[in-house]
Amino acid sequence: MMAEKGLVGGLRARPIRATSSTWITTGNVGYGQGHGSANETSDERGGDQLSDQITLVDYLELGDDPHLVANECRACGARFFDRRNACASCGKTEFKRVRIAGDGEVRAFTIVSFAAPGVPVPFVAALVDCDGTSVRANLINVEADPDHVSLGMKVRLATYSLGEDSNGTEAIGFGFEPQEAHDNGK
Amino acid sequence: MANDDIWILGIHMTKFGKHPDLDVVDLAAEAAMGALDDGGVGIKDMGVLAAGCLMMASAGIGQQLQKQIGQTGIPVYNVANACATGATALRTVIMAVRAGECDMGLAVGVEKLSGAGLLSGGSRKSDDDTWTRHGRYGAVAPVDGRIGTETMPGVFAQIGMEYGHKYGGTSFELFARISEKNHSHSTLNPLASYSKAMSLEQIMGDMMIAYPNTRPMCSANCDGAAAAVIVSDAKLRTLDPDQRRRAVKVSASVLTSDPWEESCQVLPDVNTLTRNAAKLAYEQAGVGPEDLDLVELHDCFATAELVHYDNLMLCPVGGAVDFFESGATWRDGSKPVNVSGGLESKGHPIAATGIANVWEVAHHLRGEAGDRQIEGATVGLAHVIGLGSACGIHILEKAAG
Repeated sequence: MMAEKGLVGGLRARPIRATSSTWITTGNVGYGQGHGSANETSDERGGDQLSDQITLVDYLELGDDPHLVANECRACGARFFDRRNACASCGKTEFKRVRIAGDGEVRAFTIVSFAAPGVPVPFVAALVDCDGTSVRANLINVEADPDHVSLGMKVRLATYSLGEDSNGTEAIGFGFEPQEAHDNGK
Repeated sequence: MANDDIWILGIHMTKFGKHPDLDVVDLAAEAAMGALDDGGVGIKDMGVLAAGCLMMASAGIGQQLQKQIGQTGIPVYNVANACATGATALRTVIMAVRAGECDMGLAVGVEKLSGAGLLSGGSRKSDDDTWTRHGRYGAVAPVDGRIGTETMPGVFAQIGMEYGHKYGGTSFELFARISEKNHSHSTLNPLASYSKAMSLEQIMGDMMIAYPNTRPMCSANCDGAAAAVIVSDAKLRTLDPDQRRRAVKVSASVLTSDPWEESCQVLPDVNTLTRNAAKLAYEQAGVGPEDLDLVELHDCFATAELVHYDNLMLCPVGGAVDFFESGATWRDGSKPVNVSGGLESKGHPIAATGIANVWEVAHHLRGEAGDRQIEGATVGLAHVIGLGSACGIHILEKAAG
């Protein structure tokens, strides 16, 4: 976390652009449809910003109870974290935004020790089953070794700071952490 | 009387490994001319050419090859389908011949990858100085390493681990022992990129890439090419007895893509499309997994080989661990898998792989596999997976007489 702050800390400032708050707080259906153009004017910035924060991806929502959201196909229930032109499962085009459970179980993991330059290693990448919806995430707040991570481990959503940009906006990422600290023992 | 059968008339693979003095077209030419020679035919006999080189997917490798071995004006299909590129080239020629557009065609796959590192997730852009949303996830910064991993060793590690979670019985050591088998098999393959046996201790003690895959449990980046000449049954009947005797029947040629599954957006599902392809292939060929004398499957990582035992129905559902533990997949077992050394040891020059595995099987069916011959082999299966995803399966049979 600290290293990530360091990365952005010294970067050159650019003209202020609309940033985070509208994206974080809008929970509209079909958020993928042109949110960029709708939000890229400073006129869109409300006066009631919660904070100068932006989420790492737009399927993470903050507030009192941070959680992930998905676009769910109204016809077949298939869920997608990105925007889709049509449902990959049934081809229909109506979606609604749904909340994803924050508690989950590790269905698969790997401990990445060799990655691209700039990616801190080791880290734990995992597939987490959140009440029937599969989520890709890092496991955080746990030691990245096979003695501390296990298949079937119970985890919950957690957020962390990626640091601030040149406008002072803080990016917030997410991962999953062990539900029980005692899990770390074995 | 001629029928719809399709045959491999000639087939060739180059040595896999480092070829600093040969460029991609040299390697493709060596494989193509080798396959034509092997089939006793020439470039002017070919009615179609399909070629692939994934790292140069827009370079027109087929036409570049023609400039070196014969510009005959035939249709050229340059194909790209991830790690299934070679199988896709082969299948393209098979479809053209089966459709009656021509009676012979050439498929070529080539890649130069020596010294390449991670092929995906191998670079990450630095963060912008303002957090700005990009792409379909509205990401304000690169997500590799922040939201899971995009590296292939990490993706396939999770695929193996997921199998372990579902059915139990997996461990770091189990996956390492699969790798031990393939490295052992490669000692009999003079064309393999690496042909040294490795002990379990060496494999487990090597550099960790993405747990539980250490470096020798990952496919080996290398240079290489493979090519095959396809012929129709009617044309084959007009050729010499010796050409007919060495021809290998293509009993099934199948290509599938990944159908939607719940978790496929977060972890590629390499299972469903492989199982679908296998079902189709067994149906087309009129054989079952029990009839296979050898299998070359896509062990891009040790963790991948395990799941494909199950996907190809070589074992009961959920039984891949027991199947491997029984020794079945060693070359002296009941169902030898990757007697070439597989991608972990023979190497994985991407677009060449989907023809090189067919070469391996064909070699055994012809009884020409030398020291590593599986005695009496009459039916074999070659499988590849390209992430994204594409699955190619070919089932081959020895000529009847």
